[in-house]
Order: sequence, then structure tokens, then C-alpha cells
Amino acid sequence: MANKQEAYEDIPGTWVFDAQRARQGYHLNQFLYSLMKAENRKEFLADERKYAQKFPMTEEQREAVLKRAWNRLLELGGVSYALAKLAFTDGKSYQFMASQMVGVAEKDYVDMMLKGGRSIEGWRSKKERGEA
Amino acid sequence: MAKIIAGFGTSHTPAIGAALDLGKAGERYWAPVFAGYEKSKAWMAKAKPDVAIVIYNDHVNAFDFKLIPTFAIGCGAEFTIADEGWGPRPVPVVKGYPELAAHIVQSLVLDEFDMTIVNELQVDHGLTVPLSLAYGQPKEWPARVIPLAVNVVQYPAPTGHRCYMLGKAIRKAVESWDEDLKVVIFGTGGLSHQIQGPRAGLVNTKFDTDFLDDLSRNPQRLVDLPPLEYLREAGNEAIEMVMWLTMRGALGDRVEEVYRFYHVPASSTAVGHIILEAR
Repeated sequence: MANKQEAYEDIPGTWVFDAQRARQGYHLNQFLYSLMKAENRKEFLADERKYAQKFPMTEEQREAVLKRAWNRLLELGGVSYALAKLAFTDGKSYQFMASQMVGVAEKDYVDMMLKGGRSIEGWRSKKERGEA
Repeated sequence: MAKIIAGFGTSHTPAIGAALDLGKAGERYWAPVFAGYEKSKAWMAKAKPDVAIVIYNDHVNAFDFKLIPTFAIGCGAEFTIADEGWGPRPVPVVKGYPELAAHIVQSLVLDEFDMTIVNELQVDHGLTVPLSLAYGQPKEWPARVIPLAVNVVQYPAPTGHRCYMLGKAIRKAVESWDEDLKVVIFGTGGLSHQIQGPRAGLVNTKFDTDFLDDLSRNPQRLVDLPPLEYLREAGNEAIEMVMWLTMRGALGDRVEEVYRFYHVPASSTAVGHIILEAR
């Protein structure tokens, strides 16, 4: 059974971490949370798939973790603050992760921010952009 | 009588804390950010609050997804610094005020705010970065701290109206504490920013400026602002700004803006800062 679409689903380029996504992403996010501990990061990096198998997430989520498919992870219920722990495990920054989600080089993302960030114009609504 | 004398609103961007901790505060990228807080540190040194109530959010550090409290208040004697994945920030342990926190909890619950009581709480950048911006790098934090964590990670966060009313109830609780104390309330997070998805990097300076203006000029507009407006106009993570409304609610009807600072960027965030004195 599906509810009528929530108004925030019209926001482009965004996956709002609502209760449905949180439900779907629970085990994925608990896996990501585990990477706060140094010993877990080490174990994960030694054999990523084996470590990820310890958490009962879906195979789709696990694949997205291994591929660092950041936007797919958001879509499958990952939340950005937890995903950042995967980026940190790779020795990367928040800005690196954000640049990957945007699909540009990190340097270009940093430059965009230095120039005042992304303008809201054109980014308010999927309907306006012809995406919905 | 304890009294809330002022509100200290500020962004709590983790990269600001990292820059300070790693000795990068003087670098070209960061110098303008820290320069914007020089007057604030002087203001804090003069105001010398005994207690800071810090409205902040945890970022999947103290709380994982087993339990998601909407409003949680730290009632312990001290709060250790969370390891967010790259080691804990090298800042002093945060000392609490358990007696006052217990009093506030009782008052809030009787005022129909269903608080989650946290006796052991690790605090992350959401709380420690604002303390660093207010106090610099002291050996010990000069004020005792009552952390109040708000869920803004899983949608929906409490509404702006709810946060504002919580602020009013905090004011009532503090004013019914029979000890002469000066209290500053911190509203933290924001301003416009989005750190996820293809829209990451969003900044909406007009939205932010109107928000800062209306904290003193027209708080009712902000109280009535629906969550969707923050998400759509100012970014997915800008919903943190509702925490500033708890600060505003705790200051009473009349406030005077005594300082403001705004700067883009710190990492992916528009940094906003305001000091409002209760009148």
C-alpha cells in the first residue's frame, strides 16, 4: 500500500530521509555507524564484502556500498551523516562525498562553494525542471 | 533567580572545528570565518554566563538508529567528546549542571514536552563547535553546559512552532530556579546547506538573511514557516535552523540584535551567527 506522494518528493536532487527510507535503510545505516570504530574500519578495509555480510542489509545496498554508489545509497535509505563515515573510512572528506553525489571533481565542487554555492534558481522543483 | 540573558545562534559546521584543531584557523580559507567570531568571544568574555543551554543535534554519533529521540536533554555531570570517525576533538570535557537539568526536565514534562532524559551522553561537533566559536581554545569551558539534542536527521524534525514553544517553556523553567545564574542559550546549526544528492552545495543567502532579520523583527513568520520551506529553499540539512527558534522562544518577546556575521562557505555550509540580548 502506498501513500500519496509527499510534497518533499518534488525537491530535485534530494532524497529526504523520512521514516520510510529510515525503515528501509536501518541495517545499512547501522553498518555505516559501526565504521566509527577504528577496529571496524580496519576489518572492513581488509575484506569489504566479508565485513558487509555481517549486517543483514539487502544485496542491493551491499553492492552500492562496495561501489561507493553514493546517490544509490541515499535512494536505498542511507543517510548522509552515516554515509560520511564510509567516506572517512576511505580517508575522504564530506566535500569529496558531496562532489561525488553532484558528479563533479572535488576541486570543482570546492570552487563552486567558494563562489557562493549552488544557486536555488532552477533547483526548487522537479515539476519546474520537467523531471516529474 | 536564574535568568536567560541572551541567545547565541551559530552554525556548527564540523570543518570549522577541524580547522581550529589542526591549526588552520589562520589560513586564507578559514581566517574570515574565525575573524567573524572575534567580537563574539569578547562579548562572551564580558557576559560571563554561568550556564550555557545548547540546542544542537547529534549527527549519528551519540545516537545510532536504535533509538531516535525528538528532544533529549543531557542530565549528567559531564559529557565526553564523541569520536566521529577520526578521533575525538581535542577539546575539554563538557561539564554539566545535573541539578538544574533535573529541574528543567521536570518543568518541561509538566509543560507537556515529553523529554528523553540522557544521563550518559557523548557530544559531537554539533555542540562543541559552537563552544569553540564562543570561547576559543580554553583549558576548561568557562560555563557549565546543558545539552539539548533535537532530532533533525530523520524527517520530520519537530516543527518550528514546537521548537519555539519549547524555548518558551525552557525560559519558564530557568526563571523558576532559585539561584542567581546568568544563562545563555545557544541555537545551533544551519544556515542554508545541503550535503547530499545532486543538489548538494545549495546556498540561499536571501533565505538566510530574511531568517536572521526576522529573529528580532518578525519571529512569528519563522514560527509559522513549514518544514518544506526550509528543505526546498535552503537545503535538506537547513532544517537544523528550527533549533534557532528554541533559542528565540527562550528569550521572551523583546530582543535586541547586538551582533551578526554571515559568510559563505565553510565546507558546504553558509555560516550564520547572531547574538540576541533579551530585553
